[in-house]
Amino acid sequence: MPPDFISNLYVFILAGFVGFEVIRRVSPLLHTPLMSLTNALDAIVVVAAIIIAGRHETRLTTVLGAIAVAASFSNMVGGFLITDRMLRMFKSRGPKKS
Amino acid sequence: MTELALQQYLDFAYIVAVVLFILSLKFLSSPVRAHWGVLAGEIGAALAVGATLLNPEVVQYRWILVTLIIGAGVGVPLGLVHMTAVPQRTALSHAFGALSAAMIGVAEYYVGTAPVTRFQMGEIGLEVIIGSLTFTGSVIAAGKLQEILPQRPIVYRGQNLVSLSVLAGALGLAIALVVNPANTILFPIMVIVALIFGILLVTPIGGADMPTVISLLNSYAGFSAALLGFVLNSKVLVVAGALDGSSGFILSVIMCKAMNRSFTNVMFGAFGQVQASTGGVQEQRTVRSASPEDAAGILAAATRVVIVPGYGMAVAQAQHKVRELYDVLTKKGIDVRFAIHPVAGRMPGHMNVLLAEADIPYDRLIEMDEINGDFPQTDVALVIGANDVTNPAARTDQSSPIFGMPILDVDKAHTVMVIKRSMNPGFAGIDNPLYYLDRTLMLFGDAKSFVNSIVHELSGNAH
Repeated sequence: MPPDFISNLYVFILAGFVGFEVIRRVSPLLHTPLMSLTNALDAIVVVAAIIIAGRHETRLTTVLGAIAVAASFSNMVGGFLITDRMLRMFKSRGPKKS
Repeated sequence: MTELALQQYLDFAYIVAVVLFILSLKFLSSPVRAHWGVLAGEIGAALAVGATLLNPEVVQYRWILVTLIIGAGVGVPLGLVHMTAVPQRTALSHAFGALSAAMIGVAEYYVGTAPVTRFQMGEIGLEVIIGSLTFTGSVIAAGKLQEILPQRPIVYRGQNLVSLSVLAGALGLAIALVVNPANTILFPIMVIVALIFGILLVTPIGGADMPTVISLLNSYAGFSAALLGFVLNSKVLVVAGALDGSSGFILSVIMCKAMNRSFTNVMFGAFGQVQASTGGVQEQRTVRSASPEDAAGILAAATRVVIVPGYGMAVAQAQHKVRELYDVLTKKGIDVRFAIHPVAGRMPGHMNVLLAEADIPYDRLIEMDEINGDFPQTDVALVIGANDVTNPAARTDQSSPIFGMPILDVDKAHTVMVIKRSMNPGFAGIDNPLYYLDRTLMLFGDAKSFVNSIVHELSGNAH
């Protein structure tokens, strides 16, 4: 078992707990924006895709990496964009009517 | 700058990005500050992508630039879809996320930095299987939500056995690869089998179960990214994947609880099929129906009104007309609130987003647990396109397939009005005793045009 595995496992478990505690407090009102926002954050796999495509090792890996860059970057751009649009729609009533 | 020092700067950028990601989710706890969450996420993502482009391992930028532009070109229109299309857009983005994670896993198998060890093979195998099945599963879910594919569950005899054997096949191939990672012929077969399993997993699931399925796919997409982080030894992926995975998991649990069902029941139960046989003998019971004029009169005489929106409102695109109704009633001094069931619609929070888009203030959107106690003091409960979530049989009838599911207690309101196309049972095919109560008035028609007629009547009376 590689030593990195253990440190990654620590990080995974701690991040899982942090995620659980933070997301538990998200208002049910915002569950749709929550999903689109976590999608955008998850699109950070683009960094791995960039390295695979940019290493330029074989044609196959470059093509696979390039597909992955396009797919995840579209999630990143689209995810942040739609989350922002949705959150702008949530308006409070402001001054209360009689 | 030496290469080692540069690497440390890059790692530091990733750590800052991770902190910003967690803050980003934390901001979502309140709608007032939620937009800061997007900003924090964007800065974190920009930082991480920028740092990666400086990574000395990246030697060739041409394809990266081209594909980033393609990605942005696809992402921008997907970020600008109408709110009614958000469920299918979300399913599609799960598909993209999973595709990306699966592709990188495949690439790692073919050219790793070193020959693949058995341990790495296990990680890659699991990651690629989850990524692949999430990809095809999400594509099918998006197709169902876009109504390219039929929304009803597609079932056949022995389905679960077939599906589980396919999954076992994919896992078996992964194990064979762990035993001998050099057996390259097995790898593409494993990917194909996993892709097929994703299709088999989601085709039997009906439209009403989509909130749970979308949440589960969200969770799978997240965990495949986290597993990829293990494969590549990238902590930023482990954290982002764990956050996304736990978010999807929490949402799935909430959706399951709101339907009083278990994961296995959603995935393998093929809801909506069971009831087909019980529809045969139906006693004739009478319902009372009313015209838009009657409905307007009753609403105008009310003091407290609760509107219960459901998927039918989304289908009829009636949310803007509902806002007009809200405006005209509020102007008359009537207290109007909206009762939101967690599984109303096709994804978690679907109704909130549609009503917010129609400019209804979010403090008028009330969660089920909070509003249920208020129904006995409510003059009129107006149900628009919701069915199963208002079915009192869930409380009383032990033989009902939805027995035990938490519902909105609309039957306790003084008067109940239900806008519905016809008496045809809803999606799940379950009869709703609510419609036969003495206090219930059925308003037959299209949600959008019926609400429009009511608004017309009410504003006519005002002059």
